[in-house]
Amino acid sequence: MNTKGKVFKYPDNVDTDVIIPARYLNTPDANELALHCMEDIDTEFVKKVEAGDIMVAGWNFGCGSSREHAPLVIKTCKTGCVIAKSFARIFYRNAINIGLPILECEEAAEEINANDKVEVDFDTGIITNITTGKTYKAQPFPPFIQNIIAKGGLLASLKES
Amino acid sequence: MGMTMTQKILAAHAGLKSVVAGQLISAKLDIVLGNDITTPVAVNEFNKGGFTEVFDKDRVAIVLDHFVPNKDIKAAEQSKTCREFACANCISHFYDVGKMGIEHALLPEQGVVTAGDCIIGADSHTCTYGALGAFSTGVGSTDMAAGMATGTAWFKVPSAIKFNLTGKLNKNCSGKDVILTIIGMIGVDGALYKSMEFVGEGVKALSMDDRLCICNMAIEAGAKNGIFPVDDVTLNYLKGRSEREPVIFEADSDAEYEKVIDIDLSKIVPTVACPHLPENTHPAKELSHIKIDQVVIGSCTNGRMEDMEAAYEILKGKTVADGVRCIIIPATMQIYRECVEKGYITAFIDAGAVVSTPTCGPCLGGYMGILAKGERCIATTNRNFVGRMGHTESEVYLASPHTAAASAITGFIKEAE
Repeated sequence: MNTKGKVFKYPDNVDTDVIIPARYLNTPDANELALHCMEDIDTEFVKKVEAGDIMVAGWNFGCGSSREHAPLVIKTCKTGCVIAKSFARIFYRNAINIGLPILECEEAAEEINANDKVEVDFDTGIITNITTGKTYKAQPFPPFIQNIIAKGGLLASLKES
Repeated sequence: MGMTMTQKILAAHAGLKSVVAGQLISAKLDIVLGNDITTPVAVNEFNKGGFTEVFDKDRVAIVLDHFVPNKDIKAAEQSKTCREFACANCISHFYDVGKMGIEHALLPEQGVVTAGDCIIGADSHTCTYGALGAFSTGVGSTDMAAGMATGTAWFKVPSAIKFNLTGKLNKNCSGKDVILTIIGMIGVDGALYKSMEFVGEGVKALSMDDRLCICNMAIEAGAKNGIFPVDDVTLNYLKGRSEREPVIFEADSDAEYEKVIDIDLSKIVPTVACPHLPENTHPAKELSHIKIDQVVIGSCTNGRMEDMEAAYEILKGKTVADGVRCIIIPATMQIYRECVEKGYITAFIDAGAVVSTPTCGPCLGGYMGILAKGERCIATTNRNFVGRMGHTESEVYLASPHTAAASAITGFIKEAE
């Protein structure tokens, strides 16, 4: 499994309130919610994002609320992957549970710039910055998490077992 | 090697003699919680997974608290989804308007959660119940759905930071000032993935409301959970309240901690977290130049009886400053009723404040006190992120009920006297 696309770059401590503001949480409809993804810090994101594009951010991405709507809107916008220096723990769990690929890689998150073209191989954890030619190695998911993602999320994996 | 208190609870719920930090386990759950925002997503996942009934109708709690009484048609539809699911599954702990409260004030008050429990909730502030000596952590809706279906959840066993508390809080300082001070010290990811274990002789002087407030904001330091040992304060609180027999776990004397941080409670001062991160803390007295437009006293962090008492003691016989809206929200119907009986609500109204029935409303920018562009609010809530209470160019300052109430009277941020 891999993804390839252009980069949207964000700072440290991107919280779930800016990923999807609570004022829109009166609906669980992912397509409707996705229209507001990142709206409070980047009004251009939903206009410019294309399938496979990649978010790159600093420390503690997804901090704050437990709302699963946050990884869900990022995934619904067809974002291929989020790379960050670190993730807040509930966001990390939610992303896996709904099947949004995420990778922790401090060096890549530091060096990759906005609008760079980047390719990510999830099986190996290799991140390639096509614009600069530099590659990075992130830790791929451990087997039990690969299984959840391969089955299409936590509930689907439970259904099978 | 010894285990922390959190590790002991997790080992017991995983049926293991011991666990170590980093180990992946599957643990039995005592309570699975959801609210009116996260439950509809969980119900959808539950149905998609092909499940038809919950693992135990007495171990699932669904609380309508974020947008109720329903703020609009869409919110009403979400409440309806929760109500129908609760009814179809005969959920005994379903709390609708009239019985509800803000979930993290309500479940301890009603004795639904107790010492020794292993709890997940589809709300980040589920970490509150660590105050009772339980392992309790926030998760997303899919984890809630899986928990409702199977009564289990997977966890990575956390390492821990030990906070050794000494001394006693000064007047006009509370648990809120303690946790804001700690977040200011370690940062919003200072305890990422870890437990925050609060121990030491200072613990005994902290009330249950203080402990609930401190554990509530453990997530604001990135923690998996916050936890207090079980002592007489805990047992007195649980007595006559707890539905199930409390189980007492203690950390081993040789438990390993990543770090030990000493906190002298007598040195804590009234503290305020400035926009736009809870770690951006300053002593309240350094912020007396900050003019405010709104005050919110309430939320799962500070809507409990001691918080209402603190606000009452400061606001009684006084008047809210011109140009300031002061919104007070008791966190549960029981607290609301007690405020009526004690005359607090009359005093709040006479001071020029408004009092709402329980809701999370303004804390997450839902309704009941949204800020316009450029407006400032001092709030006893838990987050001050960009746009959290309204416009992206509004500002939220986090503080204790004492500081918030004193600020309401002057119209500027002010330490209570």
